[in-house]
Amino acid sequence: MSAVVSPLREPLVKGGKTYHQITEDLCSPTERAPSPAWIAAFIVAISFLAFGLFSIVWTIWVGIGSWDLNRTIGWGWDITNFVWWVGIGHAGTLISAILLLFRQKWRTGVNRAAEAMTIFAVICAALFPGIHMGRIWLAFFIFPYPNTRGPLWVNFNSPLLWDVFAISTYFTVSVLFWYTGLVPDFATIRDRAKGFRRRFYNTLSFGWTGSAKHWQRWEALSLVLAGLATPLVLSVHTIVSFDFATSIIPGWHTTIFPPYFVAGAIFSGFAMVQTLMLITRKILKIEEYITLAHIESMNKVILLTGTIVGVAYLTELFIAWYSGYVYEQFAFYNRAVGIYWWSYFGMMSCNVLAPQFFWSKKLRRNIMFTFFMSIFINIGMWFERFVIIVSTLARDYLPSAWSYYVPTWVEIGIYLGTFGIFFTFYLIFVRIAPVVAIAEIKSILKSAGDQYTGKGAQKHTHEEQH
Amino acid sequence: MANHKEVLYGLYNDEEILLDAIRHANSKHLDIMDVFTPFPVHGLDDALGLEESRLHIAGFVYGILGTMTAFGGMSWIFTREWPIIFGGKPYLSAPAFIPITFELTVLFACVGMVVTFYTICGMAPGFVNPTLDDRITDDKFCIAFKVNGASNEEINNLKAFFKDTGAEEINTKTI
Repeated sequence: MSAVVSPLREPLVKGGKTYHQITEDLCSPTERAPSPAWIAAFIVAISFLAFGLFSIVWTIWVGIGSWDLNRTIGWGWDITNFVWWVGIGHAGTLISAILLLFRQKWRTGVNRAAEAMTIFAVICAALFPGIHMGRIWLAFFIFPYPNTRGPLWVNFNSPLLWDVFAISTYFTVSVLFWYTGLVPDFATIRDRAKGFRRRFYNTLSFGWTGSAKHWQRWEALSLVLAGLATPLVLSVHTIVSFDFATSIIPGWHTTIFPPYFVAGAIFSGFAMVQTLMLITRKILKIEEYITLAHIESMNKVILLTGTIVGVAYLTELFIAWYSGYVYEQFAFYNRAVGIYWWSYFGMMSCNVLAPQFFWSKKLRRNIMFTFFMSIFINIGMWFERFVIIVSTLARDYLPSAWSYYVPTWVEIGIYLGTFGIFFTFYLIFVRIAPVVAIAEIKSILKSAGDQYTGKGAQKHTHEEQH
Repeated sequence: MANHKEVLYGLYNDEEILLDAIRHANSKHLDIMDVFTPFPVHGLDDALGLEESRLHIAGFVYGILGTMTAFGGMSWIFTREWPIIFGGKPYLSAPAFIPITFELTVLFACVGMVVTFYTICGMAPGFVNPTLDDRITDDKFCIAFKVNGASNEEINNLKAFFKDTGAEEINTKTI
């Protein structure tokens, strides 16, 4: 055996799998009839989606006034949800690109589903600025194209336009990266199928053959795409933070925003990956591919990024005090003890205190605890965006303009609708594509399978190998 | 495809056996047509003597094209086509152009490389490329020889090679 294996490193593929068993285990969820649990989940997801669509149509029909935003609080749940969903998207690219560059083998178990999650989350995110602009049928105005109105161009100096470019580039690159990884796996399903399914998967697989030269190019492509996606993912939330940081609103106008937003994005993204993976591995019975080792690794990332976020919160507070600038000081005082104090409390407890439990190895490896923690973190990260946007806007320079804001059923409906979109797409994805990257799991089997590595390796090797 | 290929191929069970077989074939100067595997096998490029892919060079060129499109485009629009003053800043406010320039560099490089990849591999939605065996995308590793007009002696020689190197199955197929 040529691969260098460590007897200490925990195996990432359990159950002494052979290549054929991997194919069997990971293709079968797409081949059997949907389970009652899947059908029930799909009905729920579709209902949420339908209600969301209804709320969106209502918004377009009645107007943005149906959102109860006012002149003081011009951004509410819409931009909060936008930033939240974009943030969730970041974990997929981090897992698939940054961890590929760092040669982290555990990424192979979760990268496929995490990238899918990225794409669906970005779709949900992009919805919000689109409908917030009011006249959605003119949304194409945000792209620079030669037109008969002058031509009148977009403002390339505006962070909001940078965001348009960042999000659309991010979406395109994520889709291409994800799909290129899927192509060999679609070919695997194709070669097991007959009749219509075979033609369908042949179309999806683009006619993949598995030739050595193609694999070589495929690996070269994956590596360069990872190299490009790595700065891209960091740039996306950086630019989202510019939407705030380049303004002159106290509490927004801070240079700490880009790294703080990126860390927060990865933090919330990993929490969402945990939520999805813990359910997916159980329902699709792929616990041997998404093991406790994977969950623990992700919890470590959550602990790290959660702590970075915590440090950022405290730095912000300190700098606000240290600046000696009363408006900045008031902005932070208002966040912590003002009318929206409860959102600040939610943010601090869910994002800063909660992840500290993951210093304990026992809790990092506890599935139920991880699941609840992942939900907490997503709530906390939603509150973070709400604190930054709404509680800051509610108290501006002029006390006469101070205001309060409560979302209407329309805004809540659109938010619930994005969950519908997200889960509908995800449920369709698990029916069509293998949730774990088959080819990539096979390529790490000899260095990370439990018959070759870990405590049981020697025993397995003697019994089964020869 | 008009010109059919007659292919003699052997299927192996493991990538280690496959790599040994390829080295064996090289030492006997057998002309391998292609090798098919279910996943990227480490060391296969070297064993087959494949040149390094030049895809990354293409990616670099596309990226530069994106950089120039973005920066050139924005500069032209804001200095020649329709100059507007924003917040008293100069027309050519280069720092503000950096985010979009970066995004378009990445976008052009990625889209260009992916399109190039599928084009040079002869892949597209709906294309049917001939495959030798359905299990190649599952757990079999395949070495293929082209045997158009080969003599019986040559074919027997290849079959002996497959047997010696531990192939599980030896088949012929016209593709």
